[in-house]
Amino acid sequence: MTAIELRGVTKRFPTADGGTYTALKDLDLTVAEGEFCAVVGPTGCGKSTTLTLVSGLEQPSAGQVLVDDLPVTGIDPCTGFVFQQDAVFPWKSVLDNVSAGPVFRGIGKTDARVQARDWLRRVGLTGFEDRYPHQLSGGMRKRVALAQTLINHPKVLLMDEPFSALDVQTRSIMSTELLSLWDQTRPAVVFVTHDLEEAIALADKVVVLTAGPGTVKAEFAIDLPRPRVVQEIRFDHRFVALYERIWEALRSEVEQAYARSTAVTVAA
Amino acid sequence: MSGRRPWTPRRRFILGLRIGVLVLWLGSWELAARTKLLDPFFFGQPSTVWSQIVTWVTQGTSQGSLGEQIFVTMEEAVIGFLIGVLAGVVAGIALGRSRLLADVLAPYIKVMNSIPRIVLGSLFLVAFGLGLTSKVLLVIVLVFFGVFFNAFQGTREVDRNLMANARLLGASRWQLTTQVVLPSAFTWILASLHVSFGFAIIGAIVGEFLGAEKGLGMLIKTAQGNFNQSGVLACMVLMAAVALLAEFLITRLEKRLLRWRPAQAGEADLASL
Repeated sequence: MTAIELRGVTKRFPTADGGTYTALKDLDLTVAEGEFCAVVGPTGCGKSTTLTLVSGLEQPSAGQVLVDDLPVTGIDPCTGFVFQQDAVFPWKSVLDNVSAGPVFRGIGKTDARVQARDWLRRVGLTGFEDRYPHQLSGGMRKRVALAQTLINHPKVLLMDEPFSALDVQTRSIMSTELLSLWDQTRPAVVFVTHDLEEAIALADKVVVLTAGPGTVKAEFAIDLPRPRVVQEIRFDHRFVALYERIWEALRSEVEQAYARSTAVTVAA
Repeated sequence: MSGRRPWTPRRRFILGLRIGVLVLWLGSWELAARTKLLDPFFFGQPSTVWSQIVTWVTQGTSQGSLGEQIFVTMEEAVIGFLIGVLAGVVAGIALGRSRLLADVLAPYIKVMNSIPRIVLGSLFLVAFGLGLTSKVLLVIVLVFFGVFFNAFQGTREVDRNLMANARLLGASRWQLTTQVVLPSAFTWILASLHVSFGFAIIGAIVGEFLGAEKGLGMLIKTAQGNFNQSGVLACMVLMAAVALLAEFLITRLEKRLLRWRPAQAGEADLASL
């Protein structure tokens, strides 16, 4: 069963000077139910745009976006989204942040809190219920964001470079924790990152996008056994072999994007 | 900021200097008045201002007890303030959330904001008489716009990520407004309350000035009519005391409502004084 399908998707944005900017062009992508798909690509290749289209926050300019074989027409309550920047509510306590989803969906506050406590336990934040987000570390805030999203039992989980603001150690610890959380509910995941190591360590499938306008350059199945420990998997020789193959595909795109960005800087 | 700062030598020193400034200011004024360097008939004199307050407290004013005058003015200011703030917040958020409403009403709001609204006091006085209503209306008109513009701006500046996150978590439009937009705009709205309360008091006093039977504004007008400068100054002192109390209460409210915010560096040494 396919959980997510993008067929010939193109997304154009109007630019400030009246022109249009094509972020994605003829993108085809399928993610099976329960599959963990990582999308990598150079900066500005439309990785995040892919997620906003699947989430229903934006509509494609051409092509089709399907979730569970139905076209996406708006925000779907079965979709969860973890943002790159902090998107937890700073004025709500940790407990109220995590119970926000169920409360928005009309579950009583008491029941929502029971569920929220359970999810806080799963992400290791028991004892922090009454804190405000600014009183937590970056890693803890990410856990709150994860619990806040997963409590809604999304069938599709979209993640936009969720750990990019964390330091390297915290990042690999969080990645391992993400895998064990994912294993509990097994949503289909689209995980956007520019970090190839992170992509291979987490995913069943790595999709390489071209330098903008983004389209799929190549797909790689990651057959590393699960459960994985992200901190250690990079020493596995199969990991290294995969990394070399995928980097081969990614390198020219990164170089092209870099050349373009420096060219623009020089021209400006 | 926090009430229990330790009494460091520096703090004692600052407090000492502050008291010194006050003594120097009032002392030189008093001295100048006594030596006729400053004519107390025109510029008053600290000791007569004080004795004026004492007389009002012990013997009442020509319009009744002093407490009653203060109560009347504060009643007008507070009722008008509350209505004005509520109206400002509701209108600001409504226009901030609805592009159509904002586009349609924008020119009217600009026009209303640019006219000197204090003049409306004369209109209200004729239409609604010498009582409470005309003052409350003037206060509302003065308070509304400051709060409105802040609420509007606050609504427009809500973090787009937070909005998207709330929508994805399942929030309805109304839930977005009450649980994301309102708390987010609170920072802006609360900031406007300090200035707005000042406007509320001005509105009440000017309203009474234009015509009333009771209140501090009326007391000032009577004092002015009798060339009693000390009376005018005494009213100012009383209003300053009341305004400081109100400012203290608003700051307390602000801290309570914004306790989710990290303590901000440099947040206002001026506010902590």
